[in-house]
Amino acid sequence: MKLTIRVWRQKNEADKGRLAEYPIDGIEPDMSFLEMMDLLNEELIGKGEDPVAFDHDCREGICGMCSMAIDGVPHGPEKATTTCQLYMRHFKDGDTITVEPWRAAAFPVVKDLVVDRSAFDRIIQSGGYVSAPTGSAPEAGSTPIPHEDASKAFDAATCIGCGACVAACPNASAMLFTAAKVTHLGLMPQGQPERYQRVTAMVEQMDAEGFGGCTNTGVCHTVCPKGIPLETIGRMNGDILKALRP
Amino acid sequence: MADSKSTADTVEPDENLLFTVGDPLQDAKAPEGPIEKRWEERRFKGKIVNPANKRKRSVIVVGTGLAGGSASATLGEAGYQVTAFCYQDSPRRAHSVAAQGGINAAKNYRNDGDSVQRLFYDTVKGGDYRSRESNVHRLAEVSVQIIDQCVAQGVPFARDYGGLLDTRSFGGVQVSRTFYARGQTGQQLLIGAYQALERQIAAGTVKMNTRHEMLEVIVSGGRARGVVVRDMITGEIETHLADAVVLASGGYGNVYFLSTNAMGCNVTATWRAHRKGALFANPCYTQIHPTCIPVSGDHQSKLTLMSESLRNDGRVWVPKAKGDDRSPETIPEDERDYYLERIYPSFGNLVPRDIASRAAKNVCDEGRGVGPGGRGVYLDFSDAIQRLGRDAVEAKYGNLFEMYDRITGEDPYTKPMRIYPAVHYTMGGLWVDYDLQSSIPGLFVIGEANFSDHGANRLGASALMQGLADGYFVLPNTIGSYLAEAPYEGTDPKDVDEAVTAVKERISTFLSINGDRSPDSFHRELGHIMWEYCGMERTDEGLRKAISEIRSLRDEFWKRLKVTGASEELNQTLEKAGRVADFFELAELMCIDALHREESCGGHFRAEHQTEDGEALRDDENFAYVGAWEFTGTGTQPVLHKEALDYEYVHMTQRSYK
Repeated sequence: MKLTIRVWRQKNEADKGRLAEYPIDGIEPDMSFLEMMDLLNEELIGKGEDPVAFDHDCREGICGMCSMAIDGVPHGPEKATTTCQLYMRHFKDGDTITVEPWRAAAFPVVKDLVVDRSAFDRIIQSGGYVSAPTGSAPEAGSTPIPHEDASKAFDAATCIGCGACVAACPNASAMLFTAAKVTHLGLMPQGQPERYQRVTAMVEQMDAEGFGGCTNTGVCHTVCPKGIPLETIGRMNGDILKALRP
Repeated sequence: MADSKSTADTVEPDENLLFTVGDPLQDAKAPEGPIEKRWEERRFKGKIVNPANKRKRSVIVVGTGLAGGSASATLGEAGYQVTAFCYQDSPRRAHSVAAQGGINAAKNYRNDGDSVQRLFYDTVKGGDYRSRESNVHRLAEVSVQIIDQCVAQGVPFARDYGGLLDTRSFGGVQVSRTFYARGQTGQQLLIGAYQALERQIAAGTVKMNTRHEMLEVIVSGGRARGVVVRDMITGEIETHLADAVVLASGGYGNVYFLSTNAMGCNVTATWRAHRKGALFANPCYTQIHPTCIPVSGDHQSKLTLMSESLRNDGRVWVPKAKGDDRSPETIPEDERDYYLERIYPSFGNLVPRDIASRAAKNVCDEGRGVGPGGRGVYLDFSDAIQRLGRDAVEAKYGNLFEMYDRITGEDPYTKPMRIYPAVHYTMGGLWVDYDLQSSIPGLFVIGEANFSDHGANRLGASALMQGLADGYFVLPNTIGSYLAEAPYEGTDPKDVDEAVTAVKERISTFLSINGDRSPDSFHRELGHIMWEYCGMERTDEGLRKAISEIRSLRDEFWKRLKVTGASEELNQTLEKAGRVADFFELAELMCIDALHREESCGGHFRAEHQTEDGEALRDDENFAYVGAWEFTGTGTQPVLHKEALDYEYVHMTQRSYK
């Protein structure tokens, strides 16, 4: 396949940035999208040009490091798929593909397609944990958890923290990310003692980081590579109401 | 080979010796007495830092996966000042996240005869009698506490309909002791450790530095006193000093280029420590995982593993006839060879990883492999779907099936998966004593980065167990003995300058070669050499050839490398160049280790040493030792130190899974 890649080039946070266009040939359907980017970078290095910086690590859809908006959609056209698991068989010979970084005020661009997502870590720091110092744990089998609760908690816990939800949202809201953690821990008996202070602290931090509010567009769920359910947001709103008006 | 004199006459690639033999090595911290009392005894005899003094002691942790993340959190909770580093943009992304199958623990919730003793026995046997009994027993004891700890953190383990924790069985064992969280156990355990770590960051006990890569250890007065790191965004070279340094930087499987490791996994942290005097043990012990998605073409950048738990319900087969290229569903039952069930009737599809991998290689070598290039075997779920129903199979393996479909474009519910072995885990690593301290005082090594518990082969679901055992329970206890004696004499500024200068000079060399080949192109070629000659099957001739090819490719690397851009910016090509340079040195040591170990054991299979029916043939008389290598300079012979392995509790036999 022959393709044209239009990719965002930005030297650093201060740089204004621009789209650059590169023709590329020899793309096979079994290549992953990132392998196509590897090939482009090999060609750029060969010409002595600066390769395109992008984040990636596990390349099996679980670490959450890869972050590209492909033709305007975070992680590209396939449902429930991270960029690293997107294969070129979903594109056609002659296509022009536009690749951009996540766009959100709370995720400043570091270089090219690399953004700073440390705001997510700070949201977790504010309360996204169970206080269980090592060594203090009771016997694991002593607290049964209904299968359904465990299963729902798991669905929320599969969030990989990639930030696609924020990138897709017209308000750059981090509600789905935050709600996933609030739901995961809020459904487990271990998460009960800190449940309401957790949700308050996390929502405050989310706001402090400059993420926008939620207007129920649901696009966060649509692009989420792990399909985190929208109900988590409802659940979080329920918890925050209860926390504010006990 | 062990005799350096006889080596001199036979070495082909270089007229120099490949290595020399130094003094034997002993684990000075190895406890004595009844094995079930040793860990308790060591903790009792170890020194304790009183709570007020803990605030004055500082520890650096490099790497924040299961081992480093759990250690950082636990040391922070204890009150130490912790500074942690990772190369990713968040500690939640370390490659522990990708572990699918589960974590072993001797809980015996199934009442199926499991016990600490049985987990200990299985692990020693699974490691093909090349691990330390004391360490493995401790691991088995601690396994029980790990599950308690993780559940307390809110890790959503799989539960049965009564709400109790579910377990499943895994390769190499006959009990059901593996706790799991669908096919994402590593992710859930890592998030548990990550959340505990973030809690400590918020509490101010841990200072986290993401996007920082460790490039040198600072050794002063014979002790590890700090690290030199590069801020990967600004390119700034920073020094950090502390009372002790902990390396939790993972394994070195990416030396093969194609592996199931993440793209960024590298050997740099441990290799730099090795160059500063830390012994590197058993580098040739590599685990080749039997159930990965086969290579599809030359563009491939990494391999994807399908959890070994699939072997619980999937049946492995190839056509009986060579070159049978019919579609699998049209091949009648009596023309299929379920070779694992045939050769190993008692373990069947659940034989340990090394055995399953080599068996797959053998049937493909016979010309019976399937898929592109004939390098693949079928993993078939049609019987399981018939027996359990599609829903039950989907509940257990749904996400793995989806992943397979996404990558290959084929549906495993209707068409058997194709799988082939791939490099997955490295049992070798920096040598450590019972306290997990390397041969450099003050330098501790935990998780996959050390060599300690898996011998020559790791059992499934044991990597997560070891990473968390080291990080939550072992290191936080043993490091106290070292820190109780601190502060040690001040760090000599000359030693710091020397380390910083070495890092800066190396970076400027990479940038100034200005050749015509990218670091990736060298890495790919190095990987080919390693997979061909130091992969699933090794021979004397092949390894010598590999050493000679590695050396000439390494020379070419230093002449033709091309790194664009500058150091004072985010420069992924520069990062890669440093990692590949270290892989070159490691690769040579791996081949030397594989060459010197004239036996087959676990993941190390020497074609010259096999039984009549093709099984690994150990040589306990001559090789029941840990091979710990001392660095003497690039291109000069490493020195081999042998630590004898004694087995008091587990009787050494030839492993049989028949």
